[in-house]
Amino acid sequence: MTVADASLSIAAPAASAAPVGAAAGAPAPSSPCAAGDALVELKDVSFGYTKDRQILSGVTLTVPRGKLVAVMGGSGCGKTTVLRLLCGQIRAGAGEVLVGGKPVATMKRDEMYAHRRRLGMLFQFGALFTDMTVFDNVAFPMHEHTDLPDEIIRDLVLMKLNAVGLRGTAQLKPSELSGGMARRVALARTIALDPQIALYDEPFAGLDPISLSVVGQLIRRLNDALGMTSILVTHDVAESLKIVDYIYFISEGKVVAHGDVASIKASTDPFVRQFVDGEPDGPVRFHYPAKTLAEDFA
Amino acid sequence: MKPVLRILSRLGHATIGGVERLGFAARFFSAILRQSGTSVVRPQLVIKEIYQAGVLSLIIVLMSGMFIGMVLALQGYETLVRFGATESMGVLVALSLVRELGPVVAALLFASRAGSAMTAEIGLMKTTEQLSAMEVMAVDPIARVVAPRFWAGVISLPLLAALFSALGIYGGYLVGVRLIGIDGGAFWGQMQAAVDWRYDVFNGVIKSLVFAVAVSLIAVFEGYDANPTAEGVSAATTRTVVISALAILALDLMLTIFMFRGGTH
Repeated sequence: MTVADASLSIAAPAASAAPVGAAAGAPAPSSPCAAGDALVELKDVSFGYTKDRQILSGVTLTVPRGKLVAVMGGSGCGKTTVLRLLCGQIRAGAGEVLVGGKPVATMKRDEMYAHRRRLGMLFQFGALFTDMTVFDNVAFPMHEHTDLPDEIIRDLVLMKLNAVGLRGTAQLKPSELSGGMARRVALARTIALDPQIALYDEPFAGLDPISLSVVGQLIRRLNDALGMTSILVTHDVAESLKIVDYIYFISEGKVVAHGDVASIKASTDPFVRQFVDGEPDGPVRFHYPAKTLAEDFA
Repeated sequence: MKPVLRILSRLGHATIGGVERLGFAARFFSAILRQSGTSVVRPQLVIKEIYQAGVLSLIIVLMSGMFIGMVLALQGYETLVRFGATESMGVLVALSLVRELGPVVAALLFASRAGSAMTAEIGLMKTTEQLSAMEVMAVDPIARVVAPRFWAGVISLPLLAALFSALGIYGGYLVGVRLIGIDGGAFWGQMQAAVDWRYDVFNGVIKSLVFAVAVSLIAVFEGYDANPTAEGVSAATTRTVVISALAILALDLMLTIFMFRGGTH
């Protein structure tokens, strides 16, 4: 339904944003990847649920193999839409979404399922199956996609839970976990089948500082240990700058800046500065468009 | 826009929306049938749902069956005694239950108890992105979540209807024979002679099977199509009960016309 019924619209592709280093007059940051090393590519991608409202307009971004790349921006700027395009849950109205060089939009059902088996996605609120225990949640992809004996699955699940520090919660229900613990269990489920690509949708939202730091470090360590390629969608600048290799900033459906961590930190680009410093005023408006205060309170 | 045009426009919009939804429901039904292989290969998925939909509905169905059988016996006695035909009470109770009340009332109870629960569960799974998570894990939610619930409903309801009728007849026996004092031999004997296996019992089973398909389809469809909000799930649950009740009564009329036609076997 979501795919078939979504009304797609086509928007004119926007010009690609310059790397922040170049925009700031500093030495240009290195490209996120060398030619031919890209595992995920979005080329001039546009998408909208209705013709009137474009979510993405001409987005171009590249994710190199083995890297951890953050897609950042304010709420509702189209970050999660990028992940949904990569999963094939929605299809771009214009442009190309390539994973491993293959266009996602033209994949047939079997190809799409094979593609999704190479992905692991952490949903914003975990999306744990509430009728199953923590153990069964992590074992779910293994039961569905492998013929492994139960004893092996048991050991694998406990290893995954151990990696996120929650082996002791195996027999609990998701309703018995805190928000941070549920996110870590969801993380264990995301990596259950050692995916080639891991997608994280707002993994830091609503976490306390300790859980936030733990989850951030886990994402980095898992990426390196399992040799994955990871895309992290978030608006948490501070934590992201500690763990990612490269950052894309999206605003109003367009990539407005991108660069590696050093160039982002050094950037004088007004958008990047507003985001990094958390300024209320700048290129991104805090207030949703409305009448003036004088008109509303007259 | 003039008021008449506005009314016509709304009517047209509602009609197109209704037809569109009906078409989507038909496609959804065909998807369930196509994706039912998982339910055959992994019957434990269906068995788990039979427990949820069928076993947990037992109490309400059995109690209702017993009460309705008792009321039928009391009301029937009032009429039969005027014609000196109280020995026919067994026939009256059995035919009323097996042909009509068993399948219909059990289906109405099933829609309220299990159908609404199925809708709410699937709707909440959609709201909390559990269905999306399955999709992204390359697991078809129709095969893994919807089809097992649908088949559990299709299997459970005819069995519940049979138990409803059985308990109803026993309730009629308690009131007619034990309370009022009708001869037990006449009660059971006349019932045995008048109730035909194929014409009465089998047609009742067919009815409950048709109701089971209708109610289960409505329940899983409404859950899957629910707006992913608290309000959307609540509205979908209400629609399940209302549409199921109307569908059961309309289908009952049609099936009764085809099966019994007011004649005798």
